[in-house]
Order: sequence, then structure tokens, then C-alpha cells
Amino acid sequence: MTFTPVVSPDEVVLGQKPVTPRRQRELRKSKVRVVQDAGADRGIVSSADWRRPGVRFPLATMQLVLLILLVVVGLLPILWLIKSALTDTQDTLTQPIAIFPHGITWDNVAQAFGINIQIQNYFLNTIWVAAGEWVVQIVVATTGGYALSILKPKYGKVITAMVLATLFLPAIVLLIPLYLTILHPLVIGGSLLNTFWAVWLPSGASAFNVVLVMRFFDSLPREIFEAAETDGAGPFRLFWLIVLPMSKPILGVVTVFAIINAWKDFLWPLLVLPGGSNPASIQPLSVRLPSIEGTTELGPLLASLTISTLIPIVLFLVFQRTFLSGGGFGGAVKG
Amino acid sequence: MTWVRRGGLANLLFLLPLLLIFGIFSWWPIIDSFVISLQHTNFVVTTWANPFWSNFTFVFNDPTFAIAVRNTAYFAGLALVLGYPVPLVLAVIMSEVKRAKGLFSVLAYLPVVIPPVVSVLLWKSSFYDASATGVFNTILGWFHIPPQPWIQDPLTAMPSLVLEATWAAAGGTIIIYLAALTNVAPELYDAAEVDGAGIWKKIWHVTLPQLRGILLITFILQIIGTAQVFLEPYLFTKGGPVQATETVLLLVYQYAFQSSDGGSNLGAATALSLMLAACLAILSAIYFRATRGWSQN
Repeated sequence: MTFTPVVSPDEVVLGQKPVTPRRQRELRKSKVRVVQDAGADRGIVSSADWRRPGVRFPLATMQLVLLILLVVVGLLPILWLIKSALTDTQDTLTQPIAIFPHGITWDNVAQAFGINIQIQNYFLNTIWVAAGEWVVQIVVATTGGYALSILKPKYGKVITAMVLATLFLPAIVLLIPLYLTILHPLVIGGSLLNTFWAVWLPSGASAFNVVLVMRFFDSLPREIFEAAETDGAGPFRLFWLIVLPMSKPILGVVTVFAIINAWKDFLWPLLVLPGGSNPASIQPLSVRLPSIEGTTELGPLLASLTISTLIPIVLFLVFQRTFLSGGGFGGAVKG
Repeated sequence: MTWVRRGGLANLLFLLPLLLIFGIFSWWPIIDSFVISLQHTNFVVTTWANPFWSNFTFVFNDPTFAIAVRNTAYFAGLALVLGYPVPLVLAVIMSEVKRAKGLFSVLAYLPVVIPPVVSVLLWKSSFYDASATGVFNTILGWFHIPPQPWIQDPLTAMPSLVLEATWAAAGGTIIIYLAALTNVAPELYDAAEVDGAGIWKKIWHVTLPQLRGILLITFILQIIGTAQVFLEPYLFTKGGPVQATETVLLLVYQYAFQSSDGGSNLGAATALSLMLAACLAILSAIYFRATRGWSQN
């Protein structure tokens, strides 16, 4: 049910020059030159094919049709949602396709922030969930990855295997026993139900993060660690002063997906954050939205949906490359 | 003390967060699930099941179980028919785009970043509105097609769920295929052309064989994912109308948290989820064994 990135360490190149717009242009130029020189960097359709009208016109038409299709399927639903968030409920119900038949109204948005929905509280809760999950995931993945991939104790192989094994387990197996663990956690003691810990701590058990970080650490040059050791750095200083600063690219990947996943999660927070007498203090947006669906007018509901989508969309547009560089095996298999 | 000096203590300290978190929230619950499936538990009282397989027989004797299995298979099958070929075709066309390739990918991926709950509620409240002025029904009206009941009719409910789920997930698969397509060595196409291959032959003899490995993996991953479908049936229809969208995971949830007798049957819920996991494991094992020959180049 989670959504995980697939990034190979060679995509996150170390010591890479910052890619400024100027450098981007230079890179593009040099690429073009290579193309002209060697005829490399091509796909199924060769440049000779492209010159034949019998290929060019159908192919160009097909690409145009595809672009229109992608706009309709990918962009229009979001634009429709934003439009309807700013339209009177009756207008949306009677003329759903019309664009602002009676002008823009901010009533729906005001109601979303009003006493009945209180979207701002649930928004803050979601941020709080995401922030805590991020901290737990970063701590577990970096310390664990460092120990397993750089310190390499003898028993490390067994632990790595045990972590990897959980990758192949369908999430469903964990649902009930994990819920019981939240009610009576080992070691910790006391029920975590209706506390943020109930979503924060289990999110750290992500084999995916550990594998991602381990593969990145494996690609770091060993000589640096040996040099640091010769200079008298112990394992803690090596971790804090050398390995962590070098890991910024991979930590960025883990961070973006930690936030996105926190926004997407539904079933688990639904189970462990039932809210009790004051759901506004603990529930994230994903749990709140279905519970207001039956009792809220369409306009304010759509305004709430729009507000809930803002952060993920902005994150995606800003960090496009992180998402699109082979991002999202989990996205493909989400149930 | 030599153990400490050699860094044994440091190793353990660095491993501690991972061991604690995985131990408490992953490894222990996995073991515990086998124990729970042999117990009668309702959060308060726990007793051993007698006979020990009685949770499993309870599930098998529940008439809803067969319905849930059939519906889950139906959902997974429909999702494969619709969701498996479409991303591949789109990715192949997209990979040949010369200009603004990034725009294509961004548009294709947008539905994936919308939180699933938001997507479902948007489709449920507006797009699938069964009145003549619902969004989809209005558009159908332009083509003189009568309004459809969408999620309100047992016949159309499941296909409607699959349509939304495919829309929400296709972008992720497209991006995976695009990455795989850029890894196809251009020399292979050059060589195919020397042998006189046209575009279709190049797709059939170069592109598809080169994608074979990734195609095999996305196929089984999609089945594993769709077999655990919960969000769509839970939020769209609560399993209705007349159990038309009751799925295995929904049944697990109902056993555990909304049992008809008011209590909760955690034993049965765990037994059912273990059976599903076992089925998926066996299916994957058979699948990888059967396709082992194809996946190597």
C-alpha cells in the first residue's frame, strides 16, 4: 500500500557539479554533438524513418493525440477539482462542466476552514505525521545502513537478510498483528493507540529505505573511510562528519518519498488514530476526508479535497526528477 | 574489552534503532500472525482455538469468503486487462517523442501524486455521480449515451473501481517502462535496420524482448498489489451494492473491526490474511519458475 522509489546509486552521482541552467545548456550542446557524430541516442524510429512522410505524419499525429489524451486524463481532473472548489455547489451539481457560470466564490474554502470541517487542524496533523515519519525513517535507514554496509559486523549478513525478507512480504500479513503490537508494544509498554507514535514508529521498518541507503553507501569510495580511520576518526565521527554529509542526494530521495507516503497513507492511520473524543487533534487529512464526505455539501468537500492535494502536487512539481527517474515501483502495484 | 575496542559496541549502537524498530514492528508481528491465527481473540479475552484450525474452517464456511475471493480475482483480472497493456503502449509512443518529453511524463504521473483518498472521493462524489448531471454522465450525454449507474449498480460497480484504480496507478508503470526503454542499446536498432526491419519489426524483435525482464516483474507485482485492494472498495462502495465489490482485504477488515456480532474476530482476520499471503507466495514461486527461461537474455 506504500509507494516506493527505485533509484540506483549511479543515478545519484557523487561530487557531481551543480547543474546550473548554463551548465544544462552546455550539456545539451555536447549531447547534440555526440548525436550528430555517432548517430547514438536514438529510439525505435530512426532519423531516416522520420524523414519518410509515411512514417512522420502518422507518428506525429499519434504523439499529438497522446498529448491531448494525457492533458485530458492527467491534468483536467485536477483543474476540474480546483474549478469546482471555487464554484457554488448548486452550479457544480447542475452544470458540472460549465466554467464559473456565476463567477468565482470563496464560500467553499471558507467553510472548509470553518467549525464543521476544520481542515487546517487536519492539515497540521498530516504535516506532523509526515515530519515524525521522516525523522524515524532517516534515523533507522542511515544508522542501520551505515552499520550494515560500512561497519559490517560479522552478524551483519544475517540482519541484512532478515531486512530483505520483509520486502517480499505482502503488507496484509502485518495488519492485525501490528495493530495488536500498537495496543501492547513489546519493550515500550503502554498502548500507542491514538498517539502519533503509532504511525511514526512502524514507518521506520521500511526495508526499502534501508536497501536504498545501503546501496548508496556501498557505492561510496572505501579509500575515504580508510583515510579517515588513519587520521584517527572513530566510527561515530566517520558517520557524522564524512558519511552523512556525503549522503545528501540519497537522503533527499528518502525525504521526498517519506512526505508523499505520509500524505497517501490511509488504512493504517484509520486503524490506529480513531480519534476518540477529539479527532481534530490527531487525525490526518486522509482519515478525515472520508468521514466528512457523507455530511458535507459538495462544494466544501471539493474545497477540502483541493487543499489536501496542494502539498503533494507542489512537491512533485519541484522535485520532478526525483519522482520521474524510475520513481515508483510501488505506485505501479498499489492496490 | 577487546570486543569493545574492535568496535563491537559501536556496531551494536548503530544497529540498535534498526533492530528495535524492525524487531517490534516487523519481525515480531510476522511471527505473531501465526500465533494469532490459532487463537480466539477479541482484544479482551484470548484463548487457543479448538481445534487449532477452527479459525481457518470458520473462514471457509463463511459464504462471504467465496464471494470475496471471486470479486478479488475479478478486480485483479480486469485491472490486468485494462492496466497492463495501456502503460506499455503509451510508454513506447512517449519514448519516441522528440520535444517536451518531460511534459508528457509529468502529465502522465500527475494522477499518481494525488493522495488516493482524494482521488476516490473526487470520483465518487462527482465523476461517478449517477444522476444525469454527473460529470461522466454529462460527457456521455454529448454523445447521446444514456446516464450510467457507475458504482450504484452491481454490474458496473467493479469495472468502475478498476477504471479509477488504473487511472491512479498507470503513471507509475509508464515511468518504469520509459526508464527501461532508454536503456535499450541503440546499436540493436541499428543492427535490426541493417537486416531490413521496419518499425513494427523493430518493436517486436528488439523493444519487447529487451523489456522482457521488467514486463515479467510488473506483471506479477501488479497481481500482488491488486489482490490486496482495499481503498477503492472501502471508500467507494463499502463492498456493495449487494456484495458486488466485497474483496478479501475488506473481509479481513470486517472480521477484525466490524464483525456482525458486534465483537471482533481477530483470529479469523489473521487466518484469512495468512491464506492470502500464502496464495500470493505460491503464485509468485510458480510464476518465477515458469518464466525463468524467458527472463534471461
